[in-house]
This record gives sequence, structure tokens and C-alpha cells, in this order.
Amino acid sequence: MRVLHLEINCDRITTAAPDHWTLLEVLRYELGLTGSKQGCDKGDCGACTVLVDGEPVLSCLTLGATAEGRKVTTIEGLMPAHLKSGGQGPDPVQEAFDRCGALQCGFCQPGMMLSARALLDANPTPSRDEIRHALSGNLCRCTGYTQIIQAVELAVAEAAGTEPQSPSWAPNTNPWKQNERLVRERSAGDGGGVE
Amino acid sequence: MAARDQHGPDAPWPDPATPEKNKFQVVGRAQRKIDGLDKATGRAVYTDDIQLPGMLHAKILRSPHAHARIVKIDASKALALDGVHAVITGADLPIKYGVIPWTPDENALALDKVRFIGDEVAAVAATSEEVANKATRLIEVEYELLDAFMDPVEALATKSPQIHETPKNPERGNVSKHVELEFGDVSAALEASDVTLAQDFRFHGTTHAPIEPHCAVAQVSPDGVLTLWSATQITHYVHRALARVLEKPASQIRVIQPALGGAFGGKSDPFALEFCVALLAERTGRPVKMLWTREEVFYAHRGRHPMQMHYHTGISKDGKLQAVDAKILIDGGSYSSFGLVTTYYSGQLLTGPYDFPNYRFNSTRVFTNKPPCGPKRGHGSVQPRFAFEVQLDELAEKIGMDPIELRRKNWQGADTKTVNGQRITSNGFHECLALVETASAWQERRGKLPHGRGLGVAGSMYISGTNYPVYPNDMPQAGIFLKADRSGLVTAFSGANDIGQGSSSVVRTIVAEELGLDPLDVRVVAADTDLCPVDLGAYSSRVTFMVGNATIDAARKLRKMVVGVVAKTWEINPRRVFMGSGEVFDLENRGQKISTREAFHLAETELDTLGTTGAYNTPKLGGDYRGGTIGASPAYSFTAHVVEVTVCTETGRITADNCWIAHDCGRALNPMLVAGQMEGSAYMGLAEANLEDHDVNRFGLHAGPSLLDYRIPTAVDTPELHALIVESLDPEGPYGAKEAGEGPLHPALPAISNAVYDAVGIRLRELPFTPGKVLSLLREKAEREASSTPQEVH
Repeated sequence: MRVLHLEINCDRITTAAPDHWTLLEVLRYELGLTGSKQGCDKGDCGACTVLVDGEPVLSCLTLGATAEGRKVTTIEGLMPAHLKSGGQGPDPVQEAFDRCGALQCGFCQPGMMLSARALLDANPTPSRDEIRHALSGNLCRCTGYTQIIQAVELAVAEAAGTEPQSPSWAPNTNPWKQNERLVRERSAGDGGGVE
Repeated sequence: MAARDQHGPDAPWPDPATPEKNKFQVVGRAQRKIDGLDKATGRAVYTDDIQLPGMLHAKILRSPHAHARIVKIDASKALALDGVHAVITGADLPIKYGVIPWTPDENALALDKVRFIGDEVAAVAATSEEVANKATRLIEVEYELLDAFMDPVEALATKSPQIHETPKNPERGNVSKHVELEFGDVSAALEASDVTLAQDFRFHGTTHAPIEPHCAVAQVSPDGVLTLWSATQITHYVHRALARVLEKPASQIRVIQPALGGAFGGKSDPFALEFCVALLAERTGRPVKMLWTREEVFYAHRGRHPMQMHYHTGISKDGKLQAVDAKILIDGGSYSSFGLVTTYYSGQLLTGPYDFPNYRFNSTRVFTNKPPCGPKRGHGSVQPRFAFEVQLDELAEKIGMDPIELRRKNWQGADTKTVNGQRITSNGFHECLALVETASAWQERRGKLPHGRGLGVAGSMYISGTNYPVYPNDMPQAGIFLKADRSGLVTAFSGANDIGQGSSSVVRTIVAEELGLDPLDVRVVAADTDLCPVDLGAYSSRVTFMVGNATIDAARKLRKMVVGVVAKTWEINPRRVFMGSGEVFDLENRGQKISTREAFHLAETELDTLGTTGAYNTPKLGGDYRGGTIGASPAYSFTAHVVEVTVCTETGRITADNCWIAHDCGRALNPMLVAGQMEGSAYMGLAEANLEDHDVNRFGLHAGPSLLDYRIPTAVDTPELHALIVESLDPEGPYGAKEAGEGPLHPALPAISNAVYDAVGIRLRELPFTPGKVLSLLREKAEREASSTPQEVH
């Protein structure tokens, strides 16, 4: 067993795990942070991607011990961090993924969204090719990546306040233009109506 | 119950003549998914995320031999290992099962013999996966090796040994299923055709590779109720299979499907792990989890069948198809799985979107000692579709006709019957062709792009659910409960499995539409056999159509109750009462209105606790012959693709640059979800053509059972996908909707082959399209062109 001091999602914690445990095992089985997924357990699929000091890493190939003293961000940490920094609701990347339909089965997406978050932190205005490359370590089996790329482009556009430049919106699916029907903030006491 | 004609004069979609009166509030708009933010924030609980107090971990010992008799199993050393709580073998679960009731040939753990490398032999429950793994290695198994078959041709020709023994009929050999059907007079029509082509095609075999591996957790309560959480796409069949194999009343078993990380058909069968964790939980009195490794998922397989196909097609000079004659050898792997259906589907689903008056198919599925094949997105029909659409392209060339024109000319139209007796209702294929033709600038670019670049087209048809349930019964195929709460919330209980495709979101959309609710005021409880009415599960592209209709049925009953009470209170005709925008109001006096919540209060006061049920069953359909109901569907979807490729003549590498997907889904209830299904389907089809290969070698070992070696496309490998939605408004679909999840896969494979021909003039008839194949065909072509005697392309 090894005692580990980690900063996970802004909390400094002390935990203990067998020496050979990966960071993914520490997160999932020791800390109960099951948002990081195991798809292959050998670094092929990217579902276990977390941010270590802001860099996307494959937590299934990272020994827990090597994260000693470092800042780890998992999918569970994005929304609280966004709220803490004065934002509303989920992280804009999570929000954009949801609005674009990028979450089908959702199993690859924690890793995918963290890769996207790291990309946007490093490069707030990536091109479509840059997005494709930044996400190429994360396999998705459902979407064909189109709505994922659209989501990242939407997050980019919203940060800049411009319409996203995606060439491939299907009819009536561009959330920028779509009259958003799901009213998320609702007046208290009201039964809640659509607009 | 909602079924054909039950909508009566009140068409469930807006009357085009008076669109202003019938505007949808929710249907047809891009809506967030009901579980989207849960998944986005890591809150969604998948099966492997379940941790129960005192939970044991189980692992399976698998066969290292492709075909062998089990002589003896000695588990004493494993049982003696510290931390091991139970070991079970085939003798503990002797009852056979199979998803198709007529072919129960599987045991959770091998009983007498093993039939492929990876076949399950024993299972161990221990305090950790590590201990369980160690224990499996201590189990001693004595095998007597048998001849193994890897080649379906050899398995068919050799009657002994039989992979599945049939003592009463040893002549059956290794045939799993044989189907031969003829409609019209094929031989005469071929004879009379102006042009015929007879060619061989080969499909290699691919697998689903969902990113979530199979996982199951079981717990038994002190009074004997077994709860199983499983990553399954068909809770109901798992429920039935557990009852059968465990010899336990189904009422004492509860099956729950947590959030599911992708399936694509690969989680349709009951799997060994579900039976094993259930029995181990019973034996140990503790919760037991089993999570398969990625390698185990590859061996569990149930993926797309390899097929060797021969197509002989005749056409008239003016481009009318005359006859199709197909002979197909299907490599089934080691168990039946859905194979009976696969064998029928390989022929039955080819009879659209084109009309041909004469058709014959002869399909044989044989057992081999390889991981069992089963249903994968586009079950049984992707392979024949590939062959046929490539052959159509060649026929078009022979008679000098544009390939899109040829397809248009042979379009069967709407409201018709296929040659094999299937009823076609709505049919938007013509519009699909027009859309991809325009979007790809087909007329301006096909045949005119520089050498190495090309465009290819293909079309297809697919079912929206099957008319026939997997086990014969006349009960509804889909059911829904609705509960109206005093808070204004409506909860829908749906047996349908949301496997990421969004079935629970579809239920929410429909309930919100029918009751005029904000979608956020609708919640869905799904895929829990204790809580939800039976739905037959997420397969055959049945969910939107069938569950959608059941939801409409339940919601309209609830609306009728609420509207009736409100009308009575206001002393007006119920026809004047409208539910919309979270309110109930008088259409003729808009000032008279109450909130839906208040209306629920009125209705509950008057009628007691508010709830309704809804159901859907298919009408009686299908051809009047043995097997005529297999492939019969209440509605068919249609798709056309144009794919643009670049072929590197030096490396032989094919790059798909663009794929235009036009799909007739009847009505897009949520165009965002429809587009996602279309793009995901096309991506999967393109990958099967160019990259993926479920390659089992001559020893029965998978050549690359990992997500690195089994080459799933990354974001960089995937072309630009353009989803073009066609809405033909099916008369029986919910608001006119049909399927969108499987059909749009089919044309991708032949469209690539056809595009490669346009690019470099070679015909790819064998999948996958590896650089090696491309280069050798290019070389052959060069040699052919160099030699003076011109040869038939064959």
C-alpha cells in the first residue's frame, strides 16, 4: 500500500492504494469517482482520460503513485469548477455536448470532454482539423464524431459570441439557431410552461 | 392498444392542409436528451459503476481449445485459495438457452464440450478480481481435442465431427440453418434478360466494439429475490433466460439495465456472465460483479457474419431489373444466437427499395469453431446489400446508364408489395436519391474528377421492428405506464432499453407533445422489469416505432381523462379543451385556462389516482409461406448514400472524404437524434469497409482482440458526414416516424466500392478494402490494359 496525496477536483486529499494501482483504479475504486470510464484498460480507447496539471492523460496507463502531489481533474470536477469561477450550470463544453446531441451512450464522453477542455484551455479558437487531432485519442463508437466536433465548435463560438462555423449541421439541429425549447430556469411557483 | 388503423380519422400528425391548426410543440425540434447532462457530468451510473457492500468479483475460465470434449474439471485447488468463495462449472447450470427459442444450444458454462477458443468453462467468485483470476488458473481441466473447423466451406462439407451433435439427424452435419425461397421464375427470367452478371462477393466479419465492456452485477435478497443489473440491450429476454436456466420463477427475478455504454446488437443475447453472477450470488449470499476485459468482449463477439455470396442478376437494356438469384454461405461461428433470423434476413431484406419480379435466395448458415456471430446493426442484410449494390453499379455500367438513374428507374414506390410479399407503406427513397445527387454535385462531378478521386452511390431498405416477436405470443410488443403527479410531473415507465440511441428521450418527447408539457416535466423510468411493462428491447430498430406508438396510446388516454374532467368543470364540449404549453385552455375562449398541474388536481379529484397504460402490437403482416413473417415489418426505412473517396495509387489506401447520407425516417421526432443515428451508422459502415476486420486465424485465435488492433476510426479517420433527413410520414408510425438507427449503415460499404471504381477503375468485391487488395487489383488492371486481348470484367 502507498499513501497518496492528491489534489482531486480542487480538493486536497490523502488516500492509500496498492502500489501497482493505476490512477483510474484509485479514482474509481478508492475514491468512488466512477465518471472516468474503463473501456480497454490498456490505453487504446481514451475513455479514462483525466487532466493531470491540465494535461490530458490516460489514467489507465498512469500509476496512481505518479500523480502524487499533482492536480487531477475528472469529469466530476468540471461543473463545480465552473460554478466556483462564477459560471452557471455545467462547463460550457459539457453544455455544448448536450445541446449538440454528442452524448449517445456517453461512455467515451467523460474522456472526450476532458480532451476538449484541455484543447480549449490551450487553444481557444481551434480549427476543425485541430479539433479532430486533439480528440483523436478518444474513440467514440456512437456518433461518427460529427456532433462531438460540432459541440466543440459551438463551445468555441459561444465563448466568442459568434455563430459556429460548422459545415455539417443537419436541418433543424443547429442549436445556435434552434429556438431552445427546454427552459432550464423556471420561475418559482409556476407550473412551468414552454415559453 | 395502438396498431394499424387505430388512429382512425384523427391522423396523428398535422394535416398539411391546415398546418396552423396542428403545429407540434415538441416533435420535430432538436431536443436535449433526457440523460444528456447526467452523462456529460459523470453522474450517470453504468453497470461497472455499481459498488455494493461486501461485493465479490467473478472471473471466467475460458477454453484454450477451439473444439474439445471436457473430460474432467478439478476445481479443488481454486476453492482452497484464500479469498475464493465459490467456483461453478457447466454442471451447475445444465439447462441450455438461446435467444431464439427454437435453437437453445448454449450453456452458460460448457457442459460437455467447448466449441471455440474463449468458450466459458468455469467461473470463480472471490474477494477481488486478482484473486478470482488467480483461482481460474488453478482450475484443472482435462480436454480431449476434436477436429476444429475454421472454414465454413470445410465445415459444410465435413459431416463429422459435428460442432453441435444432432444424434437423431447426423446428416445435418454442421449446418445451422438452411433457407431456400423462390418468388417468380428466376431461371426463365434470367434467360430472357438482355444483360446478366454473375459474380462472387465476400464479407469478412466485423464486431460491435462498444466502448463499454459487458458487465453484470447480481444480488439475492434474503427472501430469494434475485436482482441483476446488466449491460444488456434486451432486459426482457435476459429475464426469461434467467428464469429458465436458474429454474426460478420469473416473478422472483428483477433485471435492471443501468446506463449503457453502447451495444449495436452486441448486447442482445443473454451472456454467460449474467447467469454466472446470478448463481454465484445465490451460492455465496453476497453481491457478485463480473466485468469482462476488452479481450473477452472480442471473443464474446456476436458480430456481423462473414458471408460468401454469389449474385446472378438480369436486367433489360432499358435498365429494368428482371431477376435476382442469390446463393449465400454464412459463417455462423460456434453457436446459433440469432442465426435462424440472420439466415432469413440475408435474403428477405433485399427486396427493396427496388422492384424485381423474380427472386430466389439460397442461404446456408454453418457452424465453425470461432466466436459466435449474431446481430450487428443492420442484422443479416448489410452483407447482401453490399454485394447487390456493387453489382447494380456494374449493371448500370454495362447498359450505359447513370447508377443513380438505374436506381431511380427500379424504385418500387410507396404503398406496394415486394416480390416476397412484404407490405411497403411510406417510401421516401426517390427523395433520398435526389438529395444525395444534388448535395454531392453528382452530375457535375461523377466520372469527371481527377484520377484517384471518385463518387459512388448506393441505396438500401431496412425494417422498423419485426412483425414477429422472438417468442410466439399475441401480447403487446411494447407497453407504457404513465403516472400523472399532483406536482404536474408525468412519469413514464418504459420497458424499452435506452442504449444511447435515445429511446427514453423519444418517450419524453411524445408525452410532452401529447399532454402539452414542458419536456422537463416528463421523467422516464426505463428497463427495470419490476417497475416497467414489458417491451421486447432495443433490437430490430423497433423502439421508436413501437414504443412511440405505445406512448401515444397511453398519453392520449391520459389526455382524454384530463380534458374530459376539465370540460365537465367548465361545462363545455371536450373538443374545445386543449393542452399545450403547460396549460389547459378553452380554444374558443383563451382567457379560460388553468395550469396542467391544476387540471391534474381536478382530474384526480374526479377520477381517483391518475394513470394510464398504452401498448402497441403489430398488425398481421408477411408473406403467406414458411418464413414469410421474417422480415415483415410495419414500416420500412430507406437510405441513399453518396461517398466521395480518394484512392492513393501508390499505397493503395482509400480515404473517404465526404459521405452524404439521405435517410427516410418517416418523421424526425427529434432531428438531432436522427442525425446522430445517421452519422453514427454511416461511420460504422465506412469503418467496416476500410478498416475493421474481425479476423480469426486458423487456430481460432482472434488476430487482434484490442481497440488498437481492431481498427476503429478516430476523429481524424472519419470523413465529413452530411445527414440529410427525408420525412415520408409513415401512416402507422408515431407521428409518421420510422427507424433511423440501422438503415443508414447499409449503403456505406457498397458506395465506397462504387466510388473506388469511379476513382481508379477497379471493382472491390471483397471486404475489407485493404491497401493490399487495392494495389493488386490496380496491378491486374494495368496488366489487363497492357495485354492486347480485352477481358471481361468478372
